[in-house]
Amino acid sequence: MDIYFIIEKLILISAILGVSLLIAMYTTLAERKFAGFFQDRVGPNRAGPWGILQPLADGVKLFTKEEIIPTNAGTFLFVLGPSLSMFTACITSAVIPWGPDLTLFGKTVALQVADINVGILYIFGVVSLGVYGIMIGGWASNNKFSLLGAIRAASQNISYELAMGLSIIALLMVTGTLSLREISIQQEGWHWNVLYQPIGFLIFLICSFAETNRTPFDLPECETELVGGHHTEYSSMKLGFYLFAEYINVFVSSAVLATLYFGGYNFPGMHLISNPNVVAILGVAALFIKILLFIFFFIWIRWTIPRFRYDQLMKLGWNILIPLSIINIVVTGLVIILKQ
Amino acid sequence: MSHSIFYLLSFVTLLFALLVVFAKNPIHSALYMVMTFFSITCHYILLNAQFLAIVNFIVYMGAIMVLILFAMMFLNLGKETEVQKPIYLKFAAVIAAGLLMLTIFAAIKKTDGGEISGLPINDIGLVKNLGKTLFKDFLLPFEIISILLLSAMVGSVLLAKREIN
Repeated sequence: MDIYFIIEKLILISAILGVSLLIAMYTTLAERKFAGFFQDRVGPNRAGPWGILQPLADGVKLFTKEEIIPTNAGTFLFVLGPSLSMFTACITSAVIPWGPDLTLFGKTVALQVADINVGILYIFGVVSLGVYGIMIGGWASNNKFSLLGAIRAASQNISYELAMGLSIIALLMVTGTLSLREISIQQEGWHWNVLYQPIGFLIFLICSFAETNRTPFDLPECETELVGGHHTEYSSMKLGFYLFAEYINVFVSSAVLATLYFGGYNFPGMHLISNPNVVAILGVAALFIKILLFIFFFIWIRWTIPRFRYDQLMKLGWNILIPLSIINIVVTGLVIILKQ
Repeated sequence: MSHSIFYLLSFVTLLFALLVVFAKNPIHSALYMVMTFFSITCHYILLNAQFLAIVNFIVYMGAIMVLILFAMMFLNLGKETEVQKPIYLKFAAVIAAGLLMLTIFAAIKKTDGGEISGLPINDIGLVKNLGKTLFKDFLLPFEIISILLLSAMVGSVLLAKREIN
C-alpha cells in the first residue's frame, strides 16, 4: 500500500472529524439561539460577542463537573454506553462523498474516505447500531427511569428502521446503485432524487428524526415522564457525550439527506466552470449549505412541534409510514416498467 | 497476510462465542453475542462478500440482537429468580452435548487441514453479481425460500395476535 494514500486518507479523516465536531459544537449554540428567537427571548449572549464562546464554556463546564458512577451500576458498561454513542455517531460520515475529485500536484484526490459499493447499507447498518449506546447506558445505570428510556429507544428504533429501509428500497429502484458516489454523480443538473421520490424523501426525513431521537420523537429522554430518560444517572463529560452525539447525528443525518435526495455536492451551473478544482471547492461549499439548511430544519421542527404520545409514535410508524412506503415501492416499480 | 488475519479473526470469534456461554449475566451474554456476530461480519468481508457482510451486520446486530436485548430488559433476570432445572434434565443435557461433541470431532477428523481458499469466483459477493446469480441460476429456490419466510411471518403474526373477547 502506498504511503501517500494512507497520509491522504488520514488528513481527510481528521478534517471530516474536526469539521463534524465543530459543526456539532455550534449547532448547540444555534439551537439555543433559535429557541430564544422562537420563544421571544434573547438566548445565550454572555460568553463572547453574541454568545459565540458559549459552546466552549459549556464544554469546560461539563469537563470540570464531578464524575459520578452509581454504586450499583455496572462500571464497564456504564462507561461503554456514551462512548459507543459517540463512536457510532462519528463513523457514519466515512462513506459520504463531500465533493467532486480534487487534482493536487498531478494526483487525483477523492473527497470521500471510502467508496464502498454498499454505501447506503453501511449507513443504514451504523444507524441501527446507534441504539446500543442508549440501551447499554440505560441498562447499566440500574435505574428504572433509565431502563424505561432504553426500552423506548429500542422499540422506537426498530419500528422506524423498517420504514426507513423500505424508503431506501424505492430510492434504489430509481438509482440502480448502492454507492453514494454514483448516486451523487447521477443527480447532476437538477436530476435530484427528491423530484423522483418525494414520498420516499418524506418518509426518510421522518425516520431520520426518529433515529436521531429528536423532537417530536425524543420519547427516550422525555423529561416530563422519565426525569432524564436514558441519561438520568449520567454526569460530567459522559452526559456531554450523549448530548454531543445527538448533534453529530443531526449533522450526519443532514449530510445523508442532502446526498441521497438533494443532489449531494451538485449545484446549478456546475458544467459552466471548466477548472475541476474550482468545481470541487464550490461543490463542497454547496453540500455544506444544504447540510446547514437541513440542520436549521431539525432545529425549526424541535421548537415548533410538541412531543408525540407513545402510542401515537407507534401508530405513525407501523400504521402509516410502513404501508405508505410499501405503496411507494409499488408505484415506483409500476412507473419504471411503464417508462420502458 | 490474509491467513494471519483469518486466524486472528477466528480466535476472536471463538473467544466471544465461548464468553456468550460462560458469562454469568444474561445481558453480558447478549452483548458478547453481538461481538460474535460482528466478527462473523468481518469474516464475510475477508471473503470479499460485501453484501452478505452488511446484511449480516444490519439483520443480526442491528435488529435481532436489539430485539433480544429489548426482551431481556423486561425479564429482570437475576440470581433470585433463576429456575433450577431437575437433575434428570441436567443429565440428559450433558449426554446430548457429549454426543454432539463426538459428532463434531468425527467430522473434523475426516476433513484434511489443507489450504484455506477464498470463494471460488472472487467477485460473487458483490451486490450486482450476487443478485444476477440469485435471479438467474437459483430463481426457483430463491422464490420458494421467500414464500417460506412469508408464511413464517404470517404464522408468527397469527400466533402473537390477541384473541378479541
